[in-house]
Amino acid sequence: MLGLHGRDLTLFLVVTALVVFAPVILNPFPIGSSLAQFNAGYPDLMQRFVIYGIFAIGFNILFGLTGYLSFGHAAFLGLGSYAAVWMFKLLSMNVIPALILSTVVAGLFALVIGFISLRRSGIYFSILTLAFAQMMYALAYSVLTPITNGETGLQLALDDPRILDGGERPTSLPVTDLFGLEMRETTVLHMGSWEFTIGAGYYFAGILMLIAFYLSIRIFRSPFGMMLRAVKSNQNRMNYTGLNTRPYTLAAFVISGMYAGLAGGLLAAMDPLAGAERMQWTASGEVVLMTILGGAGTLLGPVLGAGLIKYFENIFSKINDGVLHAWFGAVPDGMEDVLVTVFHPFVGKGWHLTLGLMFMAVVIFLPGGLVEGGTRIGRLFRRRGRNAGGAEAEAAAKHPAE
Amino acid sequence: MGILEVKGVNKRFGGLQALGDVNLSVAERTVHAIIGPNGAGKSTLLNCLVGKLIPDSGSVMFDGKSVLGRKPHEINQMGISRVFQTPEIFADLTVLENVMIPCFARRDGAFRMHALRSVRSEGGIRDQAEAMLADVSMLEKAGAHAGSLSRGDKRRLEMAMCLVQEPKLLLLDEPTAGMARADTNNTIDLLKEIKDKRPITMCIIEHDMHVVFSLAERITVLAQGTPLIEDTPDNIKGHPKVREAYLGEAQV
Ligand SMILES: Nc1ncnc2c1ncn2[C@@H]1O[C@H](COP(=O)(O)OP(=O)(O)O)[C@@H](O)[C@H]1O
Ligand SMILES: [Mg+2]
Repeated sequence: MLGLHGRDLTLFLVVTALVVFAPVILNPFPIGSSLAQFNAGYPDLMQRFVIYGIFAIGFNILFGLTGYLSFGHAAFLGLGSYAAVWMFKLLSMNVIPALILSTVVAGLFALVIGFISLRRSGIYFSILTLAFAQMMYALAYSVLTPITNGETGLQLALDDPRILDGGERPTSLPVTDLFGLEMRETTVLHMGSWEFTIGAGYYFAGILMLIAFYLSIRIFRSPFGMMLRAVKSNQNRMNYTGLNTRPYTLAAFVISGMYAGLAGGLLAAMDPLAGAERMQWTASGEVVLMTILGGAGTLLGPVLGAGLIKYFENIFSKINDGVLHAWFGAVPDGMEDVLVTVFHPFVGKGWHLTLGLMFMAVVIFLPGGLVEGGTRIGRLFRRRGRNAGGAEAEAAAKHPAE
Repeated sequence: MGILEVKGVNKRFGGLQALGDVNLSVAERTVHAIIGPNGAGKSTLLNCLVGKLIPDSGSVMFDGKSVLGRKPHEINQMGISRVFQTPEIFADLTVLENVMIPCFARRDGAFRMHALRSVRSEGGIRDQAEAMLADVSMLEKAGAHAGSLSRGDKRRLEMAMCLVQEPKLLLLDEPTAGMARADTNNTIDLLKEIKDKRPITMCIIEHDMHVVFSLAERITVLAQGTPLIEDTPDNIKGHPKVREAYLGEAQV
């Protein structure tokens, strides 16, 4: 089905189901309960999960397959956002032209930056991409103010031309839409004490992420994907096998740049403003973290990594001392204060610390990322099953599905 | 006119004259061995043929065309494949994938972006790769990780990767170095078989005189970057200059 086989098809269907049911799955706690603050099933956050998922999936095509570690991919994210906002200002509030331009502009810049940066490999390549991105960030922040609106960031204005949307000047800022369906449109489903929010913007971004994910599976399983893995493995042998590595790496770089541009465009489609900070090196570093945390070179890893980091950034960061006191309310007062003091640095504003420790643990103990962790746990269970004497389990272990 | 014509090639590394006025002519469909003591410049000469090094002067013609100034992948596409002194394989890929890649290179050229086609749908390429693996008796290892192979198997795999391209000229840099006797004999048999079955020319650097005398039709002796003599194996065996320069120290 869909040109996918065996496990890949299962994986794609599982991810599709997760995207479709995310508003329910991510809202497991009834409203009003003390755990409700851990609900992540609101459109704003879910949009970020899938958009950064696209960013990381694209990054993984470059880094996971070829091993070239770009430290400047946020430049393409930012470019995508600027391009999209300009389309909203000049052409139409419809997201389709905006996303097309985001992807194309990012692709063109990736072509030029990749062409130059890929003349070097290893750390020199990383530094070149970082230099390009920082240059673009600095330009967007200052010199190019007429295009980027500098520090303030590019925003919609009432007197923007928007030539396709009819000449009337609106009385309030218009909102982005997909042929009339507003991206901010939501429906709330009430089920007992649970509440699920179905957002148009989330589902639109979710579908694009599924397409992006699907294309990445196809690329991974294609002869082109095999060549990219060969680049990572041994460039010398590739050259002496009659293959020119440069266009292969450049193609991977441009594809991943386009993914980043699409993600940037989507960020603007959900919230039409673009600022230079989206291009900053911290944003480039974030996508590296996402990919490595989830598992570089694996299909699912980048999506997991993106989700986890965005969850930490938005949910874990909300745990403050008040919440801690409520949790430890049952223990004696003296103990309670000690526990709160111990946990304090790791939660709330300290979420970076927890994330950092987790990242270190993954890199040291699970070099294959969370996906490797999942695989190991799976293997452990299978072995247990076999020890229990299940002949079936043994057969399954001997012939793992593909 | 040989398929490979090397004329007046010089190569210096700083103060060291690694190759001094090397002339070499390799006739089509023959096995030509290059022997000589360590540091004689044998690997350097091969590097000049495949575009890894550029000679300071001289010319290298293959099949009537100059290879100088071309990139390694272009020279390979002209029909020269090379087995390295330490095997160069795709260690992170499976054995089958290692052999499929040269098949793709041969069919699609230096770059082709089949990004949405599944490798599964490439039945022809797969069959070709499997047939090659069967030829070198490695088919049962097709699914193995190439990096996990024994040294001998890595060499055989690299040879399969070169042979599946059906090159006009195969360059082998000490293909049996570090191999056990049995493996060495297998390699000799394999190379003999290839030579009988295919229209191939081979240029082989070898330390093991048993290998050289089993395979070669012509032998060039290289010493300190300069060819001492070129002749048939029988004449080389008895040649006093060769005994002195090479065979004497290598213990035939
Ligand atoms: N890239 C290089 N840079 C400097 N010296 C080199 C290089 N390659 C080879 N040499 C030197 O050139 C000489 C010939 O080396 P090589 O061709 O590897 O010999 P052989 O393969 O016959 O044992 C040696 O003295 C070696 O140290
Ligand atoms: Mg050598």
